Amino acid sequence: MLIRVSPQHPIKPSEITAEAVHADRRQFLARMGLAGAGLALAGCSEAKPPVPPAAGAGPAATSALPALEVGKTSALAGGEKPSSYEDITHYNNYYEFGTDKSDPARNAATLRPRPWTVLIDGECDAPGQLDLDALIKPHALEERIYRLRCVEAWSMVIPWVGVPLADLLKRFKPNSKAKFVQFFSLADAEQMPMIRRGVLPYPYREGLRIDEAMHPLAFMVVGLYGKVLPNQNGAPIRLMAPWKYGFKAAKSIVRIRFTETQPETTWNAIGAAEYGFYGNVNPEVDHPRWSQASERRLGELFRKPTLMFNGYPEVAPLYAGMDLRRYY
Amino acid sequence: MSPAARLRLARGLVWIGCLTPLALLVGRTLNGGLGANPIEYLERALGDWSLRLLLLGLALSPLRSLSGWTWPLKLRRTIGLWAYAYVCLHFAVYIVFDLNILEPARAVAQLAEDLVKRLYITAGFAAWLLLLPLAVTSTDGWQRRLKRNWKTLHRLIYPAAVLGVLHYLWLVKKDASDPLLYAAILAILLLWRWPWPKVRGAILRARPAPPATPRDQTLR
Repeated sequence: MLIRVSPQHPIKPSEITAEAVHADRRQFLARMGLAGAGLALAGCSEAKPPVPPAAGAGPAATSALPALEVGKTSALAGGEKPSSYEDITHYNNYYEFGTDKSDPARNAATLRPRPWTVLIDGECDAPGQLDLDALIKPHALEERIYRLRCVEAWSMVIPWVGVPLADLLKRFKPNSKAKFVQFFSLADAEQMPMIRRGVLPYPYREGLRIDEAMHPLAFMVVGLYGKVLPNQNGAPIRLMAPWKYGFKAAKSIVRIRFTETQPETTWNAIGAAEYGFYGNVNPEVDHPRWSQASERRLGELFRKPTLMFNGYPEVAPLYAGMDLRRYY
Repeated sequence: MSPAARLRLARGLVWIGCLTPLALLVGRTLNGGLGANPIEYLERALGDWSLRLLLLGLALSPLRSLSGWTWPLKLRRTIGLWAYAYVCLHFAVYIVFDLNILEPARAVAQLAEDLVKRLYITAGFAAWLLLLPLAVTSTDGWQRRLKRNWKTLHRLIYPAAVLGVLHYLWLVKKDASDPLLYAAILAILLLWRWPWPKVRGAILRARPAPPATPRDQTLR
Protein backbone atom coordinates (compact mmCIF):
# COMPACT_ATOMS: atom_id res chain seq x y z
CA MET A 1 0.00 0.00 0.00
CA LEU A 2 1.16 3.47 -0.75
CA ILE A 3 1.79 5.53 2.32
CA ARG A 4 2.23 9.17 1.62
CA VAL A 5 3.05 11.97 3.92
CA SER A 6 0.12 14.30 4.39
CA PRO A 7 0.42 16.95 1.70
CA GLN A 8 1.09 19.92 3.94
CA HIS A 9 2.91 21.80 1.25
CA PRO A 10 3.84 25.38 1.75
CA ILE A 11 1.63 27.29 -0.63
CA LYS A 12 3.56 29.13 -3.24
CA PRO A 13 1.61 32.10 -4.58
CA SER A 14 2.37 30.89 -8.09
CA GLU A 15 0.53 27.65 -7.43
CA ILE A 16 -2.66 29.25 -6.35
CA THR A 17 -4.18 31.60 -8.82
CA ALA A 18 -2.44 33.40 -11.59
CA GLU A 19 -1.75 36.92 -10.48
CA ALA A 20 -3.48 38.33 -13.50
CA VAL A 21 -6.62 36.41 -12.68
CA HIS A 22 -6.44 37.54 -9.11
CA ALA A 23 -5.92 41.15 -10.07
CA ASP A 24 -8.67 40.90 -12.59
CA ARG A 25 -11.00 39.45 -10.00
CA ARG A 26 -10.32 42.31 -7.59
CA GLN A 27 -10.78 44.81 -10.32
CA PHE A 28 -13.99 43.20 -11.44
CA LEU A 29 -15.34 43.01 -7.92
CA ALA A 30 -14.53 46.63 -7.30
CA ARG A 31 -16.23 47.62 -10.50
CA MET A 32 -19.30 45.61 -9.63
CA GLY A 33 -19.30 47.05 -6.13
CA LEU A 34 -19.28 43.57 -4.77
CA ALA A 35 -15.96 43.53 -2.96
CA GLY A 36 -16.48 42.28 0.55
CA ALA A 37 -19.93 41.06 -0.26
CA GLY A 38 -18.78 37.55 0.57
CA LEU A 39 -20.68 35.65 -2.01
CA ALA A 40 -21.29 37.35 -5.29
CA LEU A 41 -23.63 34.86 -6.83
CA ALA A 42 -25.28 37.38 -9.04
CA GLY A 43 -27.69 35.91 -11.55
CA CYS A 44 -25.75 35.10 -14.67
CA SER A 45 -28.11 37.01 -16.86
CA GLU A 46 -27.67 40.20 -14.88
CA ALA A 47 -23.93 39.93 -14.56
CA LYS A 48 -21.85 41.92 -16.97
CA PRO A 49 -18.93 39.98 -18.36
CA PRO A 50 -15.64 41.13 -16.90
CA VAL A 51 -13.48 43.29 -19.09
CA PRO A 52 -10.73 41.09 -20.51
CA PRO A 53 -7.52 41.63 -18.57
CA ALA A 54 -4.89 43.69 -20.29
CA ALA A 55 -2.17 41.08 -20.18
CA GLY A 56 -1.58 37.53 -19.07
CA ALA A 57 -5.11 36.30 -19.35
CA GLY A 58 -5.80 33.77 -16.60
CA PRO A 59 -7.32 30.39 -17.30
CA ALA A 60 -10.84 31.55 -16.50
CA ALA A 61 -10.45 34.97 -18.04
CA THR A 62 -12.71 34.14 -20.95
CA SER A 63 -15.53 33.06 -18.66
CA ALA A 64 -18.37 35.53 -18.35
CA LEU A 65 -19.40 34.13 -14.98
CA PRO A 66 -19.27 36.43 -11.96
CA ALA A 67 -16.17 36.28 -9.79
CA LEU A 68 -16.27 35.10 -6.17
CA GLU A 69 -14.55 36.65 -3.17
CA VAL A 70 -12.29 33.96 -1.78
CA GLY A 71 -10.87 34.29 1.73
CA LYS A 72 -8.37 31.47 1.96
CA THR A 73 -6.64 29.24 -0.53
CA SER A 74 -5.32 25.76 0.16
CA ALA A 75 -3.29 23.87 -2.42
CA LEU A 76 -4.22 20.30 -1.59
CA ALA A 77 -3.02 18.57 -4.73
CA GLY A 78 0.61 18.19 -3.76
CA GLY A 79 1.65 21.17 -5.82
CA GLU A 80 0.39 19.58 -9.03
CA LYS A 81 -0.55 21.97 -11.78
CA PRO A 82 -4.26 22.75 -12.06
CA SER A 83 -5.93 21.59 -15.27
CA SER A 84 -6.94 24.27 -17.72
CA TYR A 85 -10.29 26.03 -17.31
CA GLU A 86 -11.11 24.88 -20.83
CA ASP A 87 -10.55 21.20 -19.96
CA ILE A 88 -12.36 21.43 -16.64
CA THR A 89 -15.42 22.96 -18.28
CA HIS A 90 -15.48 20.88 -21.48
CA TYR A 91 -14.85 17.36 -20.27
CA ASN A 92 -17.70 16.51 -17.94
CA ASN A 93 -19.72 13.56 -16.83
CA TYR A 94 -23.18 15.02 -16.26
CA TYR A 95 -25.61 12.53 -17.78
CA GLU A 96 -28.58 14.85 -17.23
CA PHE A 97 -27.08 16.82 -20.14
CA GLY A 98 -25.89 13.91 -22.28
CA THR A 99 -23.53 10.97 -21.93
CA ASP A 100 -20.66 12.27 -24.06
CA LYS A 101 -17.99 14.23 -22.19
CA SER A 102 -18.51 17.20 -24.48
CA ASP A 103 -22.33 17.16 -24.16
CA PRO A 104 -22.73 19.03 -20.85
CA ALA A 105 -20.78 22.09 -22.05
CA ARG A 106 -23.07 22.21 -25.09
CA ASN A 107 -26.37 21.40 -23.42
CA ALA A 108 -26.25 22.73 -19.85
CA ALA A 109 -27.25 26.27 -20.81
CA THR A 110 -30.87 25.26 -20.12
CA LEU A 111 -30.08 24.82 -16.43
CA ARG A 112 -31.27 27.80 -14.35
CA PRO A 113 -28.90 27.99 -11.36
CA ARG A 114 -30.69 31.02 -9.91
CA PRO A 115 -32.95 31.29 -8.03
CA TRP A 116 -32.10 28.03 -6.26
CA THR A 117 -33.36 26.53 -3.06
CA VAL A 118 -32.02 23.58 -1.14
CA LEU A 119 -34.14 21.46 1.18
CA ILE A 120 -32.40 20.11 4.27
CA ASP A 121 -34.40 17.46 6.06
CA GLY A 122 -34.28 14.06 7.72
CA GLU A 123 -32.61 13.33 11.04
CA CYS A 124 -31.81 16.86 12.14
CA ASP A 125 -33.18 19.34 14.66
CA ALA A 126 -33.11 22.39 12.43
CA PRO A 127 -34.37 21.35 9.00
CA GLY A 128 -35.21 23.98 6.47
CA GLN A 129 -35.60 25.06 2.91
CA LEU A 130 -33.09 27.75 2.11
CA ASP A 131 -32.25 29.97 -0.76
CA LEU A 132 -28.72 29.37 -2.00
CA ASP A 133 -27.58 32.73 -0.65
CA ALA A 134 -28.94 31.96 2.80
CA LEU A 135 -27.26 28.57 2.67
CA ILE A 136 -23.81 29.85 1.71
CA LYS A 137 -23.58 33.43 2.99
CA PRO A 138 -22.86 32.61 6.64
CA HIS A 139 -19.59 31.00 5.52
CA ALA A 140 -16.38 32.47 4.17
CA LEU A 141 -15.57 31.07 0.76
CA GLU A 142 -12.36 29.11 0.41
CA GLU A 143 -10.43 28.02 -2.60
CA ARG A 144 -9.17 24.45 -2.49
CA ILE A 145 -7.04 22.89 -5.18
CA TYR A 146 -8.00 19.22 -5.21
CA ARG A 147 -7.25 16.29 -7.45
CA LEU A 148 -10.37 14.84 -9.11
CA ARG A 149 -10.15 11.16 -10.00
CA CYS A 150 -12.93 9.70 -12.14
CA VAL A 151 -13.85 6.03 -11.82
CA GLU A 152 -13.13 5.86 -15.57
CA ALA A 153 -9.41 6.28 -14.76
CA TRP A 154 -8.83 9.87 -15.83
CA SER A 155 -8.08 12.75 -13.51
CA MET A 156 -7.76 16.51 -13.26
CA VAL A 157 -6.60 19.06 -10.72
CA ILE A 158 -9.26 21.67 -10.00
CA PRO A 159 -9.22 24.89 -7.96
CA TRP A 160 -12.68 24.70 -6.44
CA VAL A 161 -14.34 27.48 -4.47
CA GLY A 162 -16.71 26.53 -1.70
CA VAL A 163 -17.29 25.93 1.99
CA PRO A 164 -16.37 23.03 4.27
CA LEU A 165 -19.27 20.61 4.19
CA ALA A 166 -19.10 20.02 7.94
CA ASP A 167 -19.57 23.72 8.74
CA LEU A 168 -22.60 23.85 6.50
CA LEU A 169 -24.20 20.62 7.78
CA LYS A 170 -23.73 21.47 11.46
CA ARG A 171 -26.05 24.47 11.12
CA PHE A 172 -28.94 22.07 10.65
CA LYS A 173 -28.13 20.22 13.88
CA PRO A 174 -28.02 16.59 12.77
CA ASN A 175 -29.32 14.45 15.63
CA SER A 176 -27.95 11.23 17.05
CA LYS A 177 -29.77 9.16 14.44
CA ALA A 178 -28.05 10.96 11.58
CA LYS A 179 -25.62 8.24 10.51
CA PHE A 180 -25.54 9.17 6.83
CA VAL A 181 -26.14 12.15 4.57
CA GLN A 182 -27.87 11.80 1.24
CA PHE A 183 -27.62 14.33 -1.59
CA PHE A 184 -30.22 14.72 -4.34
CA SER A 185 -29.48 16.41 -7.64
CA LEU A 186 -32.05 18.37 -9.59
CA ALA A 187 -34.16 16.24 -11.95
CA ASP A 188 -36.25 18.65 -13.98
CA ALA A 189 -37.09 17.46 -17.48
CA GLU A 190 -37.71 21.04 -18.53
CA GLN A 191 -34.21 22.20 -17.65
CA MET A 192 -32.66 18.80 -18.41
CA PRO A 193 -34.46 17.39 -21.44
CA MET A 194 -32.00 14.47 -21.65
CA ILE A 195 -33.28 12.90 -18.45
CA ARG A 196 -36.25 11.65 -20.46
CA ARG A 197 -33.85 9.20 -22.07
CA GLY A 198 -33.65 7.46 -18.71
CA VAL A 199 -30.00 6.46 -18.98
CA LEU A 200 -29.89 6.63 -15.17
CA PRO A 201 -32.74 6.56 -12.66
CA TYR A 202 -33.26 10.19 -11.69
CA PRO A 203 -32.94 12.16 -9.52
CA TYR A 204 -29.24 11.41 -9.18
CA ARG A 205 -28.60 10.47 -5.57
CA GLU A 206 -25.39 10.20 -3.65
CA GLY A 207 -24.47 9.74 -0.03
CA LEU A 208 -21.74 9.84 2.59
CA ARG A 209 -21.39 8.35 6.01
CA ILE A 210 -21.77 11.19 8.53
CA ASP A 211 -18.12 10.98 9.62
CA GLU A 212 -17.06 11.21 5.97
CA ALA A 213 -19.30 14.21 5.46
CA MET A 214 -17.84 15.87 8.56
CA HIS A 215 -14.24 15.26 7.47
CA PRO A 216 -12.40 18.55 6.92
CA LEU A 217 -11.66 17.62 3.29
CA ALA A 218 -15.34 17.21 2.35
CA PHE A 219 -16.31 20.35 0.51
CA MET A 220 -19.44 21.99 -0.82
CA VAL A 221 -18.53 23.68 -4.07
CA VAL A 222 -20.05 26.84 -5.55
CA GLY A 223 -17.28 27.91 -7.92
CA LEU A 224 -14.06 27.10 -9.71
CA TYR A 225 -11.07 29.15 -10.76
CA GLY A 226 -12.39 32.01 -8.65
CA LYS A 227 -15.67 32.25 -10.52
CA VAL A 228 -19.21 31.03 -10.10
CA LEU A 229 -19.57 27.34 -10.99
CA PRO A 230 -20.40 26.83 -14.67
CA ASN A 231 -23.63 24.92 -15.31
CA GLN A 232 -21.85 21.90 -16.81
CA ASN A 233 -19.79 21.51 -13.63
CA GLY A 234 -22.89 21.15 -11.45
CA ALA A 235 -24.04 24.70 -10.80
CA PRO A 236 -24.95 26.21 -8.51
CA ILE A 237 -23.86 23.88 -5.71
CA ARG A 238 -22.18 20.50 -5.75
CA LEU A 239 -20.33 18.11 -3.52
CA MET A 240 -16.63 17.30 -3.62
CA ALA A 241 -15.00 14.54 -1.59
CA PRO A 242 -11.58 14.45 -3.21
CA TRP A 243 -10.56 11.02 -1.90
CA LYS A 244 -13.55 9.44 -3.66
CA TYR A 245 -14.26 8.78 -7.31
CA GLY A 246 -16.00 11.62 -9.11
CA PHE A 247 -19.39 9.91 -9.29
CA LYS A 248 -19.75 10.49 -5.52
CA ALA A 249 -19.70 14.24 -6.09
CA ALA A 250 -23.38 14.96 -6.74
CA LYS A 251 -24.04 18.04 -8.88
CA SER A 252 -26.74 20.72 -8.77
CA ILE A 253 -27.91 19.68 -5.30
CA VAL A 254 -31.51 20.48 -4.34
CA ARG A 255 -31.88 18.36 -1.23
CA ILE A 256 -29.69 17.20 1.62
CA ARG A 257 -31.17 14.52 3.85
CA PHE A 258 -29.78 13.06 7.07
CA THR A 259 -30.61 9.38 7.36
CA GLU A 260 -30.20 6.63 9.91
CA THR A 261 -29.56 3.87 7.38
CA GLN A 262 -27.25 3.81 4.39
CA PRO A 263 -29.08 5.72 1.66
CA GLU A 264 -29.48 4.48 -1.88
CA THR A 265 -26.96 5.96 -4.30
CA THR A 266 -27.50 6.06 -8.05
CA TRP A 267 -24.56 4.15 -9.55
CA ASN A 268 -24.55 1.65 -6.71
CA ALA A 269 -28.24 0.99 -7.29
CA ILE A 270 -27.82 0.23 -10.99
CA GLY A 271 -24.49 -1.58 -10.83
CA ALA A 272 -23.48 -2.66 -7.34
CA ALA A 273 -20.74 -4.93 -8.69
CA GLU A 274 -19.04 -1.98 -10.35
CA TYR A 275 -19.82 0.98 -8.07
CA GLY A 276 -19.81 0.69 -4.31
CA PHE A 277 -21.41 3.01 -1.79
CA TYR A 278 -18.00 4.20 -0.63
CA GLY A 279 -16.36 4.80 -4.01
CA ASN A 280 -13.00 5.52 -2.40
CA VAL A 281 -10.14 5.88 -4.85
CA ASN A 282 -8.16 2.67 -4.42
CA PRO A 283 -5.48 1.54 -6.89
CA GLU A 284 -5.62 -1.98 -5.47
CA VAL A 285 -9.28 -2.63 -6.12
CA ASP A 286 -10.00 -2.77 -9.83
CA HIS A 287 -13.24 -1.82 -11.44
CA PRO A 288 -14.46 -5.11 -12.96
CA ARG A 289 -13.85 -3.78 -16.45
CA TRP A 290 -10.75 -1.67 -16.02
CA SER A 291 -7.74 -1.30 -13.80
CA GLN A 292 -7.71 1.43 -11.17
CA ALA A 293 -3.96 1.12 -10.64
CA SER A 294 -3.20 4.01 -12.96
CA GLU A 295 -4.92 7.03 -14.43
CA ARG A 296 -4.59 9.49 -17.26
CA ARG A 297 -4.14 13.02 -15.99
CA LEU A 298 -5.73 15.26 -18.56
CA GLY A 299 -3.00 17.17 -20.30
CA GLU A 300 -0.49 14.34 -19.95
CA LEU A 301 0.14 11.66 -22.55
CA PHE A 302 1.07 8.68 -20.42
CA ARG A 303 -0.75 7.21 -17.48
CA LYS A 304 0.49 7.74 -13.95
CA PRO A 305 0.04 5.58 -10.85
CA THR A 306 -3.16 6.20 -8.90
CA LEU A 307 -2.63 7.06 -5.24
CA MET A 308 -4.51 5.44 -2.35
CA PHE A 309 -7.44 7.70 -1.40
CA ASN A 310 -6.38 9.82 -4.37
CA GLY A 311 -3.38 11.01 -2.39
CA TYR A 312 -5.36 12.07 0.69
CA PRO A 313 -4.08 9.62 3.33
CA GLU A 314 -5.54 11.76 6.11
CA VAL A 315 -8.91 10.10 5.47
CA ALA A 316 -7.55 6.59 6.14
CA PRO A 317 -8.64 6.57 9.83
CA LEU A 318 -12.27 6.80 8.63
CA TYR A 319 -11.88 3.28 7.27
CA ALA A 320 -9.73 1.71 9.98
CA GLY A 321 -10.51 -1.99 10.26
CA MET A 322 -12.70 -2.02 7.15
CA ASP A 323 -12.06 -4.47 4.32
CA LEU A 324 -11.77 -2.02 1.44
CA ARG A 325 -12.04 -4.85 -1.10
CA ARG A 326 -15.50 -5.56 0.22
CA TYR A 327 -16.50 -1.96 0.88
CA TYR A 328 -15.25 -0.46 -2.38
CA MET B 1 -18.19 4.95 -68.96
CA SER B 2 -16.75 1.49 -69.37
CA PRO B 3 -17.10 -0.96 -66.50
CA ALA B 4 -13.34 -0.82 -65.96
CA ALA B 5 -13.38 2.96 -65.73
CA ARG B 6 -16.32 2.81 -63.37
CA LEU B 7 -14.45 0.40 -61.12
CA ARG B 8 -11.37 2.63 -61.14
CA LEU B 9 -13.54 5.57 -60.15
CA ALA B 10 -15.22 3.56 -57.38
CA ARG B 11 -11.80 2.44 -56.06
CA GLY B 12 -10.59 6.02 -56.09
CA LEU B 13 -13.64 7.13 -54.13
CA VAL B 14 -13.10 4.33 -51.61
CA TRP B 15 -9.51 5.46 -51.09
CA ILE B 16 -10.59 9.05 -50.60
CA GLY B 17 -13.41 7.99 -48.28
CA CYS B 18 -11.12 5.80 -46.18
CA LEU B 19 -8.29 8.33 -46.03
CA THR B 20 -10.45 11.29 -45.09
CA PRO B 21 -11.19 10.34 -41.45
CA LEU B 22 -7.52 9.60 -40.91
CA ALA B 23 -6.46 12.88 -42.49
CA LEU B 24 -8.97 14.76 -40.33
CA LEU B 25 -7.67 13.01 -37.22
CA VAL B 26 -4.07 13.87 -38.09
CA GLY B 27 -5.16 17.46 -38.70
CA ARG B 28 -6.95 17.65 -35.37
CA THR B 29 -3.96 16.11 -33.62
CA LEU B 30 -1.60 18.69 -35.08
CA ASN B 31 -3.98 21.55 -34.22
CA GLY B 32 -4.60 20.35 -30.69
CA GLY B 33 -8.25 19.84 -31.57
CA LEU B 34 -8.71 16.49 -29.85
CA GLY B 35 -10.21 17.97 -26.69
CA ALA B 36 -9.28 17.45 -23.06
CA ASN B 37 -8.45 13.75 -23.44
CA PRO B 38 -6.73 13.40 -26.82
CA ILE B 39 -5.70 9.76 -26.37
CA GLU B 40 -9.26 8.71 -25.60
CA TYR B 41 -10.47 10.77 -28.58
CA LEU B 42 -8.02 9.04 -30.93
CA GLU B 43 -8.83 5.60 -29.59
CA ARG B 44 -12.55 6.14 -29.94
CA ALA B 45 -12.37 7.69 -33.38
CA LEU B 46 -10.07 4.98 -34.75
CA GLY B 47 -12.23 2.28 -33.16
CA ASP B 48 -15.38 3.81 -34.61
CA TRP B 49 -13.92 3.90 -38.11
CA SER B 50 -12.66 0.32 -37.76
CA LEU B 51 -16.20 -0.85 -37.06
CA ARG B 52 -17.79 1.35 -39.70
CA LEU B 53 -15.46 0.05 -42.42
CA LEU B 54 -15.85 -3.56 -41.26
CA LEU B 55 -19.62 -3.21 -41.49
CA LEU B 56 -19.33 -1.45 -44.85
CA GLY B 57 -17.21 -4.34 -46.12
CA LEU B 58 -19.83 -6.80 -44.92
CA ALA B 59 -22.60 -4.79 -46.60
CA LEU B 60 -21.12 -5.21 -50.07
CA SER B 61 -22.29 -8.72 -50.77
CA PRO B 62 -25.90 -8.01 -49.73
CA LEU B 63 -25.67 -4.87 -51.89
CA ARG B 64 -24.58 -7.04 -54.80
CA SER B 65 -27.53 -9.40 -54.34
CA LEU B 66 -30.04 -6.60 -53.93
CA SER B 67 -28.82 -4.36 -56.71
CA GLY B 68 -27.46 -6.83 -59.20
CA TRP B 69 -24.26 -4.78 -59.52
CA THR B 70 -21.00 -6.67 -59.45
CA TRP B 71 -18.65 -3.81 -58.69
CA PRO B 72 -19.31 -3.79 -54.93
CA LEU B 73 -17.56 -7.12 -54.56
CA LYS B 74 -14.46 -5.75 -56.22
CA LEU B 75 -14.16 -3.10 -53.50
CA ARG B 76 -14.18 -5.58 -50.65
CA ARG B 77 -10.42 -6.05 -50.47
CA THR B 78 -9.68 -2.31 -50.40
CA ILE B 79 -12.31 -1.61 -47.75
CA GLY B 80 -11.32 -4.65 -45.70
CA LEU B 81 -7.66 -3.66 -45.68
CA TRP B 82 -8.54 -0.10 -44.72
CA ALA B 83 -10.70 -1.43 -41.89
CA TYR B 84 -7.71 -3.44 -40.68
CA ALA B 85 -5.46 -0.39 -40.96
CA TYR B 86 -7.80 1.47 -38.58
CA VAL B 87 -7.92 -1.54 -36.25
CA CYS B 88 -4.11 -1.57 -36.16
CA LEU B 89 -3.89 2.17 -35.49
CA HIS B 90 -6.51 1.84 -32.74
CA PHE B 91 -4.51 -1.01 -31.19
CA ALA B 92 -1.27 0.96 -31.59
CA VAL B 93 -2.61 3.95 -29.63
CA TYR B 94 -3.58 1.54 -26.83
CA ILE B 95 -0.12 -0.08 -26.86
CA VAL B 96 1.80 3.18 -27.01
CA PHE B 97 -0.18 5.32 -24.59
CA ASP B 98 -2.35 3.07 -22.43
CA LEU B 99 0.22 0.35 -21.88
CA ASN B 100 3.08 2.87 -22.14
CA ILE B 101 5.61 1.72 -24.71
CA LEU B 102 8.39 3.55 -22.86
CA GLU B 103 8.34 0.79 -20.27
CA PRO B 104 8.04 -2.36 -22.40
CA ALA B 105 8.36 -4.91 -19.60
CA ARG B 106 5.53 -3.37 -17.62
CA ALA B 107 3.51 -2.85 -20.78
CA VAL B 108 3.66 -6.58 -21.58
CA ALA B 109 2.63 -7.46 -18.03
CA GLN B 110 -0.23 -4.97 -18.24
CA LEU B 111 -1.34 -6.37 -21.61
CA ALA B 112 -1.38 -9.89 -20.15
CA GLU B 113 -3.43 -8.67 -17.20
CA ASP B 114 -5.86 -6.81 -19.46
CA LEU B 115 -6.28 -9.85 -21.71
CA VAL B 116 -7.09 -12.11 -18.78
CA LYS B 117 -9.13 -9.75 -16.62
CA ARG B 118 -10.95 -7.46 -19.03
CA LEU B 119 -13.31 -9.16 -21.38
CA TYR B 120 -13.67 -6.21 -23.74
CA ILE B 121 -9.92 -6.16 -24.29
CA THR B 122 -9.89 -9.94 -24.79
CA ALA B 123 -12.59 -9.55 -27.45
CA GLY B 124 -10.86 -6.66 -29.18
CA PHE B 125 -7.51 -8.43 -29.20
CA ALA B 126 -9.10 -11.62 -30.54
CA ALA B 127 -10.73 -9.63 -33.34
CA TRP B 128 -7.37 -8.08 -34.26
CA LEU B 129 -5.78 -11.54 -34.23
CA LEU B 130 -8.51 -13.08 -36.43
CA LEU B 131 -8.15 -10.27 -38.95
CA LEU B 132 -4.37 -10.63 -39.21
CA PRO B 133 -4.34 -13.76 -41.47
CA LEU B 134 -7.08 -12.20 -43.59
CA ALA B 135 -4.94 -9.13 -44.23
CA VAL B 136 -1.89 -11.26 -44.97
CA THR B 137 -3.74 -13.54 -47.43
CA SER B 138 -5.59 -10.71 -49.13
CA THR B 139 -3.27 -10.76 -52.18
CA ASP B 140 -4.06 -12.43 -55.49
CA GLY B 141 -1.11 -14.76 -54.95
CA TRP B 142 -2.48 -16.09 -51.66
CA GLN B 143 -5.93 -16.35 -53.14
CA ARG B 144 -4.53 -18.63 -55.88
CA ARG B 145 -2.39 -20.64 -53.50
CA LEU B 146 -5.17 -21.30 -50.99
CA LYS B 147 -7.76 -22.13 -53.67
CA ARG B 148 -11.06 -23.09 -52.08
CA ASN B 149 -9.59 -22.77 -48.57
CA TRP B 150 -9.21 -19.05 -49.11
CA LYS B 151 -12.95 -18.58 -48.96
CA THR B 152 -13.24 -20.73 -45.85
CA LEU B 153 -10.41 -18.80 -44.17
CA HIS B 154 -11.97 -15.45 -45.00
CA ARG B 155 -15.19 -16.43 -43.24
CA LEU B 156 -13.22 -15.42 -40.12
CA ILE B 157 -14.45 -11.91 -40.90
CA TYR B 158 -17.79 -12.88 -39.30
CA PRO B 159 -16.49 -13.80 -35.82
CA ALA B 160 -14.04 -10.91 -36.03
CA ALA B 161 -16.86 -8.41 -36.66
CA VAL B 162 -18.93 -9.91 -33.84
CA LEU B 163 -15.97 -9.64 -31.47
CA GLY B 164 -15.35 -6.08 -32.59
CA VAL B 165 -18.90 -5.03 -31.76
CA LEU B 166 -18.78 -6.91 -28.42
CA HIS B 167 -15.51 -5.13 -27.64
CA TYR B 168 -17.35 -1.82 -27.94
CA LEU B 169 -20.50 -3.00 -26.18
CA TRP B 170 -18.60 -4.32 -23.16
CA LEU B 171 -16.48 -1.26 -22.59
CA VAL B 172 -19.37 1.21 -22.45
CA LYS B 173 -20.26 2.29 -18.93
CA LYS B 174 -23.93 2.99 -19.42
CA ASP B 175 -25.75 4.43 -22.46
CA ALA B 176 -25.00 1.60 -24.91
CA SER B 177 -26.94 3.20 -27.77
CA ASP B 178 -23.91 3.59 -30.07
CA PRO B 179 -22.58 0.02 -29.77
CA LEU B 180 -26.14 -1.30 -30.02
CA LEU B 181 -26.56 0.51 -33.31
CA TYR B 182 -23.46 -1.24 -34.65
CA ALA B 183 -24.77 -4.51 -33.24
CA ALA B 184 -28.12 -4.05 -34.98
CA ILE B 185 -26.50 -3.33 -38.34
CA LEU B 186 -24.16 -6.29 -37.95
CA ALA B 187 -27.10 -8.53 -37.03
CA ILE B 188 -28.94 -7.53 -40.19
CA LEU B 189 -25.86 -8.12 -42.34
CA LEU B 190 -25.24 -11.53 -40.80
CA LEU B 191 -28.88 -12.61 -40.88
CA TRP B 192 -28.95 -11.73 -44.55
CA ARG B 193 -26.33 -14.42 -45.08
CA TRP B 194 -28.37 -16.97 -43.19
CA PRO B 195 -29.47 -19.74 -45.59
CA TRP B 196 -33.09 -18.66 -45.83
CA PRO B 197 -33.72 -19.24 -49.50
CA LYS B 198 -37.44 -18.55 -49.24
CA VAL B 199 -37.25 -15.20 -47.47
CA ARG B 200 -34.32 -13.98 -49.48
CA GLY B 201 -35.85 -15.16 -52.70
CA ALA B 202 -39.05 -13.26 -51.90
CA ILE B 203 -37.10 -10.04 -51.28
CA LEU B 204 -35.09 -10.51 -54.44
CA ARG B 205 -38.21 -11.17 -56.49
CA ALA B 206 -39.84 -8.09 -55.02
CA ARG B 207 -37.19 -5.78 -56.42
CA PRO B 208 -37.76 -4.44 -59.92
CA ALA B 209 -36.62 -6.96 -62.49
CA PRO B 210 -33.16 -5.99 -63.71
CA PRO B 211 -32.50 -5.73 -67.41
CA ALA B 212 -31.70 -9.17 -68.77
CA THR B 213 -28.10 -8.59 -69.66
CA PRO B 214 -25.56 -11.41 -69.76
CA ARG B 215 -23.78 -9.74 -66.84
CA ASP B 216 -26.83 -10.23 -64.72
CA GLN B 217 -26.81 -13.98 -65.24
CA THR B 218 -23.76 -14.41 -63.08
CA LEU B 219 -25.48 -12.88 -60.11
CA ARG B 220 -28.03 -15.52 -59.42
